[in-house]
Amino acid sequence: MKALREAFGETLVELGEKYPRLLVLDGDLANSTKADRFEAAFPDRFLEMGIAEQNMLGVAAGLAHLGFIPWLSSFTVFFTHRALDPLRMLVAQTHANVKIGAAYSGLLTGYTGKTHQDVEDLAIMRAMPDMVVLAPIDAVETRAMMHWACEYQGPVYLRLTRDPSPVVLEAAYRFEPGRVLELRQGRDVALVGTGPQSTRLLEAAKALAREGIEAGVFHLGSLKPLDEDGLLEKLRPYPLVVTAEEHSIYGGLGGLVSEVLSAADPKRVIRIGIEDRWGESAPNDWLLDRYGLSAPRIAERVRKEVES
Amino acid sequence: MILETDARKELERLAKITRYLILKTVHQSGAGHVGGPLSAVEILIALFFKVMRIDPKRPDWDDRDRFILSKGHAAVGLYTVMALRGYFPVSELATFDKGNSRLQGHPDMTRLPGLDISSGSLGQGLSAGLGYALGAKLAKKDFHTWVLLGDGEIQEGMVWEAAHVASRYRLDNLTAILDDNGLQQYGWRGKGRGDRRDPWDALPPARIFEAFGWRVIEIDGHDFEQILSACEIARKGAPAERPTAIIAHTVKGKGLPFTEGKHAWHSKVPSSEDLQRALEALGLDESEVPR
Ligand SMILES: Cc1ncc(C[n+]2csc(CCOP(=O)(O)OP(=O)(O)O)c2C)c(N)n1
Ligand SMILES: [Mg+2]
Repeated sequence: MKALREAFGETLVELGEKYPRLLVLDGDLANSTKADRFEAAFPDRFLEMGIAEQNMLGVAAGLAHLGFIPWLSSFTVFFTHRALDPLRMLVAQTHANVKIGAAYSGLLTGYTGKTHQDVEDLAIMRAMPDMVVLAPIDAVETRAMMHWACEYQGPVYLRLTRDPSPVVLEAAYRFEPGRVLELRQGRDVALVGTGPQSTRLLEAAKALAREGIEAGVFHLGSLKPLDEDGLLEKLRPYPLVVTAEEHSIYGGLGGLVSEVLSAADPKRVIRIGIEDRWGESAPNDWLLDRYGLSAPRIAERVRKEVES
Repeated sequence: MILETDARKELERLAKITRYLILKTVHQSGAGHVGGPLSAVEILIALFFKVMRIDPKRPDWDDRDRFILSKGHAAVGLYTVMALRGYFPVSELATFDKGNSRLQGHPDMTRLPGLDISSGSLGQGLSAGLGYALGAKLAKKDFHTWVLLGDGEIQEGMVWEAAHVASRYRLDNLTAILDDNGLQQYGWRGKGRGDRRDPWDALPPARIFEAFGWRVIEIDGHDFEQILSACEIARKGAPAERPTAIIAHTVKGKGLPFTEGKHAWHSKVPSSEDLQRALEALGLDESEVPR
């Protein structure tokens, strides 16, 4: 188990060694996002921007156009909502080389409630031209994606989470943009996830196997770009597809998979996620259960859909 | 304003109880903020028990004063004072942050009657307060609107957008109270409280509010008499015909030796031992604390 934000903080330090032009800009949250590790290692390349996220996005654009590589540290919601206009106009529309470390994504944001639980970020960021949208499954993929992002020229949105989650990829894993990962082979149903939710799908698949339902599990860490042909090919054998995400059922992973399938290989797609409502503050297990995202709730839903 | 000795003692007793209940509630839920709620205790008590025209039994009363906790992460402090004031039972504090609770991690007006706005994303409360104050003028109502801000929070540009318009409309029915506790969550390294610099060390917020055309009153935010006097002046409005900013100098984590001035206590869960230490520091016995 390891939290993605821990991997974020550690990898920033690693990348700081490798890229002298890498900077970290923080919105008064470095001790939450773990960007404070970078400040400890490179105090002069850590720029505190205070509680003023719109300004931070503008500053990042300016620095990027001078050849710096700014990595930003704040909570997801303050990037995709508070700072959305400068993010769009100054960063995305100028193709600025800014890397957005969106800590505290999804539902499990440490009892903060609906103000901080961003259930719309994927819909917003996916729809934004020029933006790369990544949601790592674990600490290993977080690190791999960050290494890739430093080599890529352009804005990257990295969807991180707060609390520890299972590490499922091998340490040698190399990230390739667009690639769909097959985590488990199946026959009756394809489960498609993004971020650490994909690990809960693996767990659900194991439970289903005990009941004779063979579920394939796929992880889309790279929501944009996406290898659409690869996704179609992997999903082709399956009669039923179930997507699950810590996000609204509108416009996120479920939307993406439905869009791709409907154009080339129409079939039933069940989207599990937040059903047009806000989150709330509560313990993680309670939330996952409430929104149907825990492994047992996923298994229950899949069972019902397979049988119907 | 001169407080009778008994009245002051009663407010001070409430402050101690509030401080203990803040710690206990965060301890029980396993999450929440501590430093910011503790610095605002006297301000919240003064407002809810003395200053504001409110009726806990009628939270939707049209003519009530409006209160906006712009620094929404201090929710647990607000809930505690509201419970002590009679908006809901003190026992309900135990549901803080639990599933289905009316007491969300940040104030949610769609769940809890008595809240005049939802907050949590910093820097937005003054704008909503401005709306209430402008609306009161348009509707010819004489209620006052009080907005509690954090000193880190006012780094958000939106605060100054509101400050500008409030001054343009000469809104003497709007008061911003700044909980000027000298710390934010992480902030800048350097000398200040502990190893962190004051959010505004080189540029005192009083000067900024003044530049925006507000009347400014500076007080010790832990001294009830000073808070009450400042609020009285603010409410009178005329002859100022300007919005008022009360700059309340406070200490983050005030009241407990182990939390005072420590930025690590911005959000941290107190242990059972901490609760014990808190009782001792406050000179309280569990039996004096309402449940
Ligand atoms: C727009 C926004 N950015 C960041 C945060 C995260 N955050 C919560 S509290 C806090 C520090 C607030 O400092 P201050 O306003 O001084 O409050 P206090 O010291 O009274 O706790 C931060 C950065 C937030 N809630 N909203
Ligand atoms: Mg402060």
